[in-house]
Amino acid sequence: MVNLGVKLKDLSLKNPVMTASGTFGFGEEFEDFIDLSNLGGIIVKGTTRHHREGNPYPRMAETPSGMLNAVGLQNKGVENFCKEIYPRIKHYDTNILVNVSGSVIEDYVETAAMINELEHIPAIELNISCPNVKEGGMAFGTSCASAASVVKAVREVYKKHLMVKLSPNVTDITEIAKAVEAEGADSVSLINTLLGMAIDAETRKPLLSTVTGGLSGPAVKPVALRMVWQVFNAVNIPIVGLGGIMNAKDAIEFILAGATAIQIGTANFIDPQVTEKVVVGIEDYMKRHNVQDINDLIGALPIQ
Amino acid sequence: MKKLVQDFEVLQRKELNDEHFVLDVKALEPLPEIHPGQFVNVLVKDSNTTFLRRPLSIHFVDYERNTISLYIKKIGDGTKKLGELKEGDTLNIVYPLGNQYSIPNNANTLLVGGGCGVAPLLYLAKHLKEAGNNVTTLLGVRSEKDAVELDAYKEYGNILVTTEDGSFGEKGYPTQHSVLEKEKFDYVFTCGPEPMMKAVAAYSAQKNIPCEVSLENTMACGFGACLCCVTETTEGNKCTCTEGPVFNINDLKW
Repeated sequence: MVNLGVKLKDLSLKNPVMTASGTFGFGEEFEDFIDLSNLGGIIVKGTTRHHREGNPYPRMAETPSGMLNAVGLQNKGVENFCKEIYPRIKHYDTNILVNVSGSVIEDYVETAAMINELEHIPAIELNISCPNVKEGGMAFGTSCASAASVVKAVREVYKKHLMVKLSPNVTDITEIAKAVEAEGADSVSLINTLLGMAIDAETRKPLLSTVTGGLSGPAVKPVALRMVWQVFNAVNIPIVGLGGIMNAKDAIEFILAGATAIQIGTANFIDPQVTEKVVVGIEDYMKRHNVQDINDLIGALPIQ
Repeated sequence: MKKLVQDFEVLQRKELNDEHFVLDVKALEPLPEIHPGQFVNVLVKDSNTTFLRRPLSIHFVDYERNTISLYIKKIGDGTKKLGELKEGDTLNIVYPLGNQYSIPNNANTLLVGGGCGVAPLLYLAKHLKEAGNNVTTLLGVRSEKDAVELDAYKEYGNILVTTEDGSFGEKGYPTQHSVLEKEKFDYVFTCGPEPMMKAVAAYSAQKNIPCEVSLENTMACGFGACLCCVTETTEGNKCTCTEGPVFNINDLKW
């Protein structure tokens, strides 16, 4: 038996495979396809203080080896989550993390404080990197000062594991990572989507209602891998890597670059069973390479 | 209804004309109950420009042969690759997805299809006839060579055609067909280009006939996870994939 269990500080995962927020609904959407208890954790849809309708259609454009989205954090608000959704999903035998987003710091704080009271939610992922909202979102994650201020404020009210999701749309992601670490983040997840754009040459119109959107899928994987490796060399808190992971081989690459756990996002749309396959694939890889403990692979990249 | 992800075996590909073909695929396990208006999301192999699955209407279900038929128009590289599938090839499918058309009883029903939007109407016609309805299917196509599978529709009722060039049936768009004024319908069902469906919806609203439309919004997952395929309804944004693709026109902000 190989050991697949990892720890993000105090948060134990049975394996390093988690799901990326906004690609996995509330987990319920995947119950027909997989056994959720086989996953290390699920990160549910981005939740805000108040109900949001999201952006107008069209919100999605297929791109080479990826896709752009401009959903814009459509959700029914944190009160609805606590009352309606949480009771339905709290029994899942895996870590359920809520992705928390907001337009102003007070919204982040109020939302995090309400999630803090939910017994079966051991952690939040603070989203300071959504590129698809007009106010807040990514704006918080693209300067050290604003990233630090929102993490500091949330840290005061949120007592459990605080993961902070970083934006790749910055000059130096390690500076942001260090800033949120200094304010008490327990871990960082990266990367959120890269800001991109698509145009239909025939109609001479943008393909998204918002013109720009967030790029995900294998197209962003080399960028994500580089950023995970850079952040691994800059901070002491654990890293959760994501960006274009389609299979176990991709997941292993992120772990070698320094990720303690990984998230699978866009791949869920193409193969709703991909998460379970990645868990099995990681185990197969370890057996094939005679690795007893997944923790031995974290950041195990020999650099001359 | 439980959603499945399964490999299907291609039984045959029927070319209908230079653009459209029907793919019959056989399930390896007994098919679940599939309702008219539902769709599948298929995985395209060997296409560099096709990253996501392709959502396709279910054209017909044959439980005896354990097959689903898909009516496909070659548009981009993905659908072209599907048009190269041969007998014995494998097609990975997520299904059955979406809601369904309503099935009234003993009513006079009109089905209006345009272009590739005719896809779900054949299976709908079958169910409507089985529920004792009178079925008239009205297809709008460009010219005679696009007026395909008419005999299949005839099994379940009347078939009428409009062609844009007047080479077959009545000349014009389906919403200009004389039957719309001659006959009184109790229900209207439509699928096709949005301008056509909006014209059908306007006709139905004016005559005070219940009308259901099937939307073809672009989507990534097909089962409610990505929230990309939303349409504006009287109750806010709804996912076309889970709360549609079939909507009553009264619920849409058309």
